[in-house]
Amino acid sequence: MYALDQYLACDAKVKATSLFSLLSEDGILQEGFDLDQESLLRMYRGMRRLRILDERMLILQRQGRIGFYGEARGQEAAVIGTASALCEKDWIVPALREAGVGLYCGMPLSIYINQIFGNAADVSKGRQMPCHPCDKDHNYVVMSSCVANQLPHAVGIAWAMKHNKDTDRLCVSYMGDGGTSEGSFHIGLNFAQTMSVPVLFICQNNGWAISTPTNKQTISETYAIKGLAYDMESLRVDGNDLLAVSTLTKYAAEKIRKDQKPIFIEAVTYRVSAHSSSDDPSRYRDESVTKEWIEKRDPIDRIRKLLFEKKWMTEDEDQKITHHFESEINQEIKKAEAIELPDKKTLTQDVFEEEQ
Amino acid sequence: MVIATKTNEIAAWSLIVSPWKDEKATMPTMNIIQAVNDALHLEMKRNDKIIVLGEDVGKFGGVFRATSGLSETFGDDRVIDTPLSEEGIIGTAIGMALYGLRPVPEIQFSDFIFPAFDQIVNELAKFRYRSGGQYPCPVVIRTPYGGGIRGGHYHSQSPEALFIHTPGLKVITPSNPVDAKGLLLSAMRQNDPVIFLEPKRIYRASKGDVSKEDYTTPIGKAAIVQEGTDCTLITYGAMVSVALEAAQQTDVSIEVIDLRTLLPFDIETVIASVTKTNRAMVLHEAPKTCGFGAELIASIQERALDQLHAPILRVCGFDTPFPYTLEFEYLPNADRVLSCVHEIMEW
Repeated sequence: MYALDQYLACDAKVKATSLFSLLSEDGILQEGFDLDQESLLRMYRGMRRLRILDERMLILQRQGRIGFYGEARGQEAAVIGTASALCEKDWIVPALREAGVGLYCGMPLSIYINQIFGNAADVSKGRQMPCHPCDKDHNYVVMSSCVANQLPHAVGIAWAMKHNKDTDRLCVSYMGDGGTSEGSFHIGLNFAQTMSVPVLFICQNNGWAISTPTNKQTISETYAIKGLAYDMESLRVDGNDLLAVSTLTKYAAEKIRKDQKPIFIEAVTYRVSAHSSSDDPSRYRDESVTKEWIEKRDPIDRIRKLLFEKKWMTEDEDQKITHHFESEINQEIKKAEAIELPDKKTLTQDVFEEEQ
Repeated sequence: MVIATKTNEIAAWSLIVSPWKDEKATMPTMNIIQAVNDALHLEMKRNDKIIVLGEDVGKFGGVFRATSGLSETFGDDRVIDTPLSEEGIIGTAIGMALYGLRPVPEIQFSDFIFPAFDQIVNELAKFRYRSGGQYPCPVVIRTPYGGGIRGGHYHSQSPEALFIHTPGLKVITPSNPVDAKGLLLSAMRQNDPVIFLEPKRIYRASKGDVSKEDYTTPIGKAAIVQEGTDCTLITYGAMVSVALEAAQQTDVSIEVIDLRTLLPFDIETVIASVTKTNRAMVLHEAPKTCGFGAELIASIQERALDQLHAPILRVCGFDTPFPYTLEFEYLPNADRVLSCVHEIMEW
């Protein structure tokens, strides 16, 4: 593929400081890119499902029906695009905005929503705030709220994969832009490269760590360039371009499985939502910029336009997709809300292994 | 079993500066380092999921030589020299455990465990709980602790209380080679995270007849190392030898309890002893305030207040950072123990 080959042929520093893209915000597709209708529609549906889910859950939070919520709104291309490159046996070590990766890779919606309600059906027994799901069946590791702590875990998981000669899989580990300032980020990258393990680091750079913008987070030219200090292949992609994210992540995943070495990808996007339901971004940022991202660079609109142009989806079919997911999500919410809270006796379980 | 009591002049520190020759296997007499090493060899041979990782644990065999010979026997893929980051060592070990391995990381000195404190407290200790039991995290962290080796602030501390206070961690403190081997083997065969605190002051001084065979010492069971009728002295780790030294120097009949495991701790053995002696004291080298002695005393008075003829007193490290030149003023010794015993007896 011409555009990808051209980007990959660049000098390491150019790759880490430029922006790989395939579908521009004006809807112009790079020549020579081979589109696949079925996979594009699948990813589009994944993005729509995530958007509807986030919108619905935020409303529930505002209604006082759930305690907290952190959206991935406006970042769906980075979430679904990276998820599209994963295989069934890959392990997912998420940060706050990657539950959509788990959902796209098979995590049942009920697991996600029951966790948010913290009810008796929640597999983690109502022990964490919302947006901390756990799905062992799909190798989706439950996160803590501590920023970047998960990166060394991913290194250990990937090391164990290699040690066990499970070379058909990798471990993907996510972080936000703020996470790159933590010690664990540097430790994780250094250990990964030194131990040569099949781990894919993905930084969703959405421009904001709560109220802290990029120019206060780092003076490095980009986040991806930090990976070069560890001699790690470091790539940078337009995180709102689903095709570019998916294509570049697939390249990285295949290369990691083959070479058993880590790769770092920075996906440049924008947090059009608040940090969480507890945040008010109008206190610290110019929301006209946010408006511009919503109106001009929305990742879903970009793909929808392409699908219409290609006549791969009609407006009617698009409506049906929306209704389908609204109905699915509402049904799961209804079910989850009706389930009682975990039994009091669960409070003291699982601190240690129960005696047999 | 003989426990060396004359510990003050043990310059374990010199081990780091000029590595001692690996003592060949002249068993059954082993010191604590050899016993730990023997347990690691035995378990790595028995279970290929055991992975040792840490700073200088490979060819060098660790600064105290506890991992000596492991990399030659089991290879670099099971004995990993990591980059110098305690947070990285523990974070990576957690990932290995999540994938089903059984990592046994070494933190070179427990004073340097704090960069990994976040990983231990917020991740390791909580993985089983926060996943509803789906992700157990059986990581056994070995780390030398305690003073008496001329190590100053940063090679001498006793941080056990910080880990005991974190639900989800087991904390083990052997006081002699026989228990060190048996407890380490137990730790590596159960499914919860363990902080295995090795008393480095008596690493080589404490010697015992350690069986080369496979045996385990139960976690959560104290040992009565000297029976007595007048006063119960509860202690652990390197202070057990100080307690025994003191007990030999008085006519007061002291019952010395070596807790061996601090969490879970064997309150039944303690209460049975206190019910017999009606007096108790706690000895540890960690600072007094919020030290483990406070929890022990609270637990005793909750269960046996009416058995007590005197208040339960403590001999501890002072509430200061661990000193260098005056470390043997700081560390509890037999004189301080005896002075406390007499205060209790004269109450």
